[in-house]
Amino acid sequence: MTAPALTVELTGEIGPMKLSLAMEAKGDAGPVVIVGPNGSGKTSVLLSIVGALRPRAGRIVLGGATLFDAERGVDAPVEARRIGFLTQRYALFPHLDVLGNVLFGVPAGPRPQRSQRARAALRDLGVEDLAGRRIDGLSGGEAQRVALARALAPGPGALLLDEPLASLDVGVRREVRAFLAAHLRTLGIPTVIVTHDRADAEAFAGHVLVLEQGRVVQQGTLAALRAAPATPFTRQFAAGERQDGAE
Amino acid sequence: MTTPAPRPRASSVASLLWPAALGVLAAALLLLIALPLAALFLTTSPRALLQGLRDPMVLPAVRLSLVTTTASLALVVLTGTPLAWLLSRRRGRAWRWRFLETLVQLPVVLPPAVAGVALLLAFGRRGMLGPTLATAGVGVPFTRAAVVLAQTFVAAPFYVQAALSMFKRMDPDMLLVARTLGASRPRVFFRVVLPLSRGGLAGGAALSWARALGEFGATLMFAGNLSGRTQTLPLAIYTALESDLRTAQSLSLILLAVAFALLVTIHVGARR
Repeated sequence: MTAPALTVELTGEIGPMKLSLAMEAKGDAGPVVIVGPNGSGKTSVLLSIVGALRPRAGRIVLGGATLFDAERGVDAPVEARRIGFLTQRYALFPHLDVLGNVLFGVPAGPRPQRSQRARAALRDLGVEDLAGRRIDGLSGGEAQRVALARALAPGPGALLLDEPLASLDVGVRREVRAFLAAHLRTLGIPTVIVTHDRADAEAFAGHVLVLEQGRVVQQGTLAALRAAPATPFTRQFAAGERQDGAE
Repeated sequence: MTTPAPRPRASSVASLLWPAALGVLAAALLLLIALPLAALFLTTSPRALLQGLRDPMVLPAVRLSLVTTTASLALVVLTGTPLAWLLSRRRGRAWRWRFLETLVQLPVVLPPAVAGVALLLAFGRRGMLGPTLATAGVGVPFTRAAVVLAQTFVAAPFYVQAALSMFKRMDPDMLLVARTLGASRPRVFFRVVLPLSRGGLAGGAALSWARALGEFGATLMFAGNLSGRTQTLPLAIYTALESDLRTAQSLSLILLAVAFALLVTIHVGARR
């Protein structure tokens, strides 16, 4: 059996900017890491994949299921796409405790089973002991693990992460990054990460896609980008001149 | 050589007078507000109060006010919540949405007499919808329905505004993430948006209800002042003034107590 893949081809407009991109993330091949300057359309790509933005043309296919196909008029609603989404500030529900947050996405069923599944998701991320805690008392690293547990609990077919480390203090970023990178490797589902930080791209060790002005200007491994940067941004990024904390 | 003593500047007189001036002006307004309210209490006795409540117009008015304000509050919440949600979801410069937002706010600043005339011109027998309603066998003016409509008209903005400001504060990321977790739009609304807006919605509903309870001008013009049918508490006070001041005073004290209790509840609720 081949690992599930997420195939994305899309064309559209974000305000005055044209967005055009083709990519494939595979469950067994490490994440696709989208980098690019601010306003290059990175987040819009993720929003299109989850279904919050509608591209003008293109196709999005996940594990054989067509989520979006402009030509055939297919446009699955957000809630039917089975795509986990970790946003920059984690967007935990403040009115629910940690377990309640994770339970939110666990499909309907007998209460004990749902609870078990939610606790298992928390355990996988090493935060089962936080189950009864309030959201506003969590540290940045804890909040990220809880949000990741919540995203994974429904058993999504793919995972998208938007600047997963940007809202953390620089002090804990390195540790959280290492944990996240190691954990993502164990998942085996197509993963797409948006970042502006070379250290992230390095740690997640994926296929890097450089987006500028809505277009893919270069792609490959970080080493390949460093060896032959196609644009000034790529050169700076790959050389690490845009370091941790550089916004 | 001696340094010259610092010369008192002319402005220091103003500085000395400043606290006193502030205090006197502020006290004047406080007095204006407190004195009439105190008069409501101080010019009566418990016995006179109870006697005033024995007037035959009191009980029907209390009952009618309770029934109609409950109905108008239900109407306001049932229609105002979707309206506020729709308004909050539209972003950007679309002038139509801002026009609608302003339109909804209009009854707050509109003189109640104007509201009364407007309601008559819309639903009155010779109003826009009058003939249509008449053929359907429905006469709105001077009925309980007219009382409820007038209350809804003037009170809805208070609730819609509160709901709108809560809804606009919702983190769009959070709502989107909720959907990626498999929740449909209705489920996101009921499981995320409503629980997170509960306090603000309750505060808005309380203000709206208070406004409906106090509604006078539009009701008088559109629904009339028929004891037992359209005579709400404020109208009963107005009528009582002509015959028995004690009754007017007793009813006023009831409304004052309700208003005060409501304010305290809102403030306590807001702090939690």
